[in-house]
Amino acid sequence: MNVRLYLWQRLTAALLVPLVVVHIAVIFYATRQGMTAADILSRTHGSIVWASYYAAFVAAASIHGAIGVRNVLTEWSPLNDRRAGWFAVAFGLMLVALGLRAVAAVVLS
Amino acid sequence: MLAELSVSVWRGAEAGRYETYAVPQRESQTVLDVVTFVQRHLDPTLSYRFACRVGVCGSCAMTVNGKPRWTCRTHVSKVAGGGRLEIGPLANLAVIKDLTTDMAPFFEKWQQAKGVFAPSKTRHDAIAQIRPDSPARLAADAAIECINCGVCYAACDTVRWNAEYFGPAALTRAWTLVNDERDGGNAARLQAVAASGGCHACHSHQSCQELCPQALNPTASIAGLKRRAAAAYLKGEIKT
Amino acid sequence: MVHRLSGLALAIFLPLHFLALGLAIDGEARLDSFLRWSDQPLVKLAEGGLVFLLTVHLLGGLRVLVIENLDWRDGQKQLATLAAAVSAIIAFIFLARVF
Repeated sequence: MNVRLYLWQRLTAALLVPLVVVHIAVIFYATRQGMTAADILSRTHGSIVWASYYAAFVAAASIHGAIGVRNVLTEWSPLNDRRAGWFAVAFGLMLVALGLRAVAAVVLS
Repeated sequence: MLAELSVSVWRGAEAGRYETYAVPQRESQTVLDVVTFVQRHLDPTLSYRFACRVGVCGSCAMTVNGKPRWTCRTHVSKVAGGGRLEIGPLANLAVIKDLTTDMAPFFEKWQQAKGVFAPSKTRHDAIAQIRPDSPARLAADAAIECINCGVCYAACDTVRWNAEYFGPAALTRAWTLVNDERDGGNAARLQAVAASGGCHACHSHQSCQELCPQALNPTASIAGLKRRAAAAYLKGEIKT
Repeated sequence: MVHRLSGLALAIFLPLHFLALGLAIDGEARLDSFLRWSDQPLVKLAEGGLVFLLTVHLLGGLRVLVIENLDWRDGQKQLATLAAAVSAIIAFIFLARVF
């Protein structure tokens, strides 16, 4: 872990704090209301707000998770730094792809 | 009838085993007293290090019941639960023999972290006037009393997991120099600690702070380095 | 360690979470049937576990951010225990609400 990765990880972490707190509150609310898929989707469809919010969430979580995974690999697996780096990038890209697809799914479909 | 301690001591090198000795328990006995007793009366082939035996040199650090400690300052009564002691060499360092370890990597990392004063003046210049209460000097003084005993290095999870990591002691010394107004080597030093294996690898687990016998706080020193290196990176003063 | 393990667990869970949400692409019926499937007690328990992991990871991360950027020195162990307790309470509330 060098200064560049450190900054990206700590800064995305700081960004994630409010994003996660709001997300947990939203989930509490949704489960308490017993919302169905229809209820949820009616709220997310065409919503710029939800799209932006969750797109930012996906981006931050993907970067943060990828760097975290990289650390775990360099410290706990026999992979060297470069290989761990590639794996982490692949993992991060996968999260971005699946995540933005999910955002599109609830905002566009 | 004096109570007896059952003391397991590591014998061998990387490959080896614990051997058990019966050592009479005495009042105010320290773990160093126990090891010395074994070597003098039970097994003269036992190898171990000590010097001052009063807690100022840092030579006698060993793993006592799983934790790195100064053996001269560890009272047996405080750690020998049920009259048992397990004594081994410091962790995270290659074992030379029995309780002695090869401290070379510890000191090499000191150099790699640029924990070395880089003078900016000569004997012909005026003596630097350093205010002892300036924030930088206070920060340096809070971290300066390290005697290189290796306890923090042995306690550190990140040292254990990451062979490149400089470790708490080397980084703490680098931090004191970052705060030393007389030092002229900060550009290279920040570059060194911002690299892979430098201060940013620290996970702030704080085992170092918990166990440092000098009551230093390497986590805080390293946190200071992290902030300084990050600021320098953002300003373009160092590169990755 | 808790921080690292919860992070790993979340990293494994997240792609699955994204895939579940992606079911909406096939229309709300697919997502709805998944939501109804997830109404079972065991799944709800797992979801409670996930909320716990997320909260624990968040609070552990806050601890790191505080240690590295503010002047807190001692008492971090107590902070860690407090963090775990808060997580447990939040997770419990979540579970209680959905039963």
